Amino acid sequence: MEQYLQLIINGLVVGSIYSLVALGFVIIYKATKVVNFAQGELVMVGAYICFALTVQFQLPFLAAFLITLFFSIILGLCIERLALRPLIGEEGISVIMVTIALSSVLKSLVQLIWGHDLQVYPQMLPTEPIWIAGLPVAPVYIAALILSGLLFAVFTLFFKYSRVGIAMRATAYDQQAAQSMGISVKNIFAMSWCIACVVSSIGGLILGNINGIDPHLGHLGLAVFPAVILGGLDSLAGAALGGLLIGIIENVCDGAAMQLFDIGGFKEVAAFVVLVIILMVKPYGLFGTEEIERV
Amino acid sequence: MQGKCGLFFTSYAQEREFFQSGFQKSCLAIFMLVLLILPTMVNTYYVTIVNTVLISVMAAASLNLLTGFCGQISLGHAAFMGVGAYSTANALIWGIPFLPAVLFGGLCSAVIGMFFGIPSLRLKGIYLAISTMAAQLILSYVFLHWDGATGGSSGILLRPPQIFGYVFDSHEKRYYLFLGMTVLVLLTISNLVRSRFGRAFVAIRDFHLSAEIAGVNLFKFKLYAFGVSSFLAGIAGAMLVHRTMKVSMDNFGIDMSIAYLAMIIVGGLGSVLGSIMGGIFMSLLPVVLGIVAASLSGVFSGIESQIAAVKEGVFGLVIILFLIFEPEGLVHRWRLIKAYWKLYPFAH
Repeated sequence: MEQYLQLIINGLVVGSIYSLVALGFVIIYKATKVVNFAQGELVMVGAYICFALTVQFQLPFLAAFLITLFFSIILGLCIERLALRPLIGEEGISVIMVTIALSSVLKSLVQLIWGHDLQVYPQMLPTEPIWIAGLPVAPVYIAALILSGLLFAVFTLFFKYSRVGIAMRATAYDQQAAQSMGISVKNIFAMSWCIACVVSSIGGLILGNINGIDPHLGHLGLAVFPAVILGGLDSLAGAALGGLLIGIIENVCDGAAMQLFDIGGFKEVAAFVVLVIILMVKPYGLFGTEEIERV
Repeated sequence: MQGKCGLFFTSYAQEREFFQSGFQKSCLAIFMLVLLILPTMVNTYYVTIVNTVLISVMAAASLNLLTGFCGQISLGHAAFMGVGAYSTANALIWGIPFLPAVLFGGLCSAVIGMFFGIPSLRLKGIYLAISTMAAQLILSYVFLHWDGATGGSSGILLRPPQIFGYVFDSHEKRYYLFLGMTVLVLLTISNLVRSRFGRAFVAIRDFHLSAEIAGVNLFKFKLYAFGVSSFLAGIAGAMLVHRTMKVSMDNFGIDMSIAYLAMIIVGGLGSVLGSIMGGIFMSLLPVVLGIVAASLSGVFSGIESQIAAVKEGVFGLVIILFLIFEPEGLVHRWRLIKAYWKLYPFAH
């Protein structure tokens, strides 16, 4: 039993990272209806930029953090302006492919600049584990959990009360109506990419602190799909909850598969099996908007 | 020879003909002749490259049937090819002759493809893309971990294929096998898309509601599309592993699925000729990049070690540029060129 408790806690920890990445994904989808296959790479780029600033340029962490966020905003603007805007109004496959292509471009840039090796961040948090319910948990995981909770709260309030947030929701709901109310849809699109990039960079920072970073970090972008589908593609709460749930499901299924059937590495696919089941049973997820349409 | 300056069809059969003029027919005949004598003219290295191209064309054409003609996005095409390849390999181990084994591989692939096509009844666009991506990742996992059937990470070694006692034991001989199969696959697809099925596929792609009103059973035809496409993909997969004589899961990862999608986008969605062009373009691109990098290694030292990253970056860049500047693919450019030269001195 204790083993499963440990697995659940591990799951929560991984899940909080999924939640963060999923948050960026959902923000883009909510406003622009673009499914971003490059989300993992955005995380990776953020992590590498911060790595370069703290380790290679020896800046203090806070300064590096702020510059990283600034870079992320620029990156988001560039991506939206150069790759996504020419494709507004194109059919689904073009938009999907452009984000996939974007992911390989970003990955190759990172490899060209920083190489293939694992890079390690300097320690920023104490390594002494904190004991929760008799189990050791590294402080950085707690920080991840708190930070994703905080970001989630901030963005919920942002979408609920701020002018820009409401404009983004309006755009998501009906682009034409939003435009005729004086909302610049183009700006909203650019804005949502910026926000998503910033959130992803923060996720990247945390991940870098946990495992170090290498060019395979981008695979995280695929792992986040089950989370967003489970939560509902356009729901912030869904992303947060879906991330946590998928983290737990992955770890518990992995443990169970190991114990019962002696299958290793089930972690990699457990979430995708869940994904297929959700898509067959309840494709709009827990909190997603159901588009009523007979296919 | 002179092309026609308008459409002068007097029957539907005439309109549906592959080749409208004798000029096209003779061009194709010359092209096929060149392909037939190709292995005698170039050395083995180039033959292996051409083999890769042929298999890519086969795979791209089968994906184009599903994605380009029927509008169902699939991010799991390489996995379906893998199912075909592994089933064929196992059938060969059981002692089944080559051609029935390939057929068996195709059928297994069709069954799996149709199974993962079931969600397409309810899901469209992005949701379908995500669900086929899940299929890809799940199947990749199965390839790696079901040691009994797939040999795990070490894969399965194959013997040279044998048809009616003739053994294809060199790259040049297998070239003819691949060429024959490619022609067969392309002919199947070209004929399929001008039949009732093809028109139903296109109707579904263009607007599913109108298709249904016109009497197309959506679920049935979407499943047909998945089935036929996966069947041909399975055959392409069986050929792919006979190129290197080894079944290995590296050939069937999600990166390959993306590469096949890239081929049909670069070539042109919903066009057989587009699949051919895209397959050729995208499989020659890394080869050309390799040559360029090798010739530049004197100028920029270290470029060779970075070649993998450069290839990936160029691959992404090519897709983005095509999507922005030539969304209808190479085949569109080709049609423009043809139209230009048709009326050459008096274009206006």
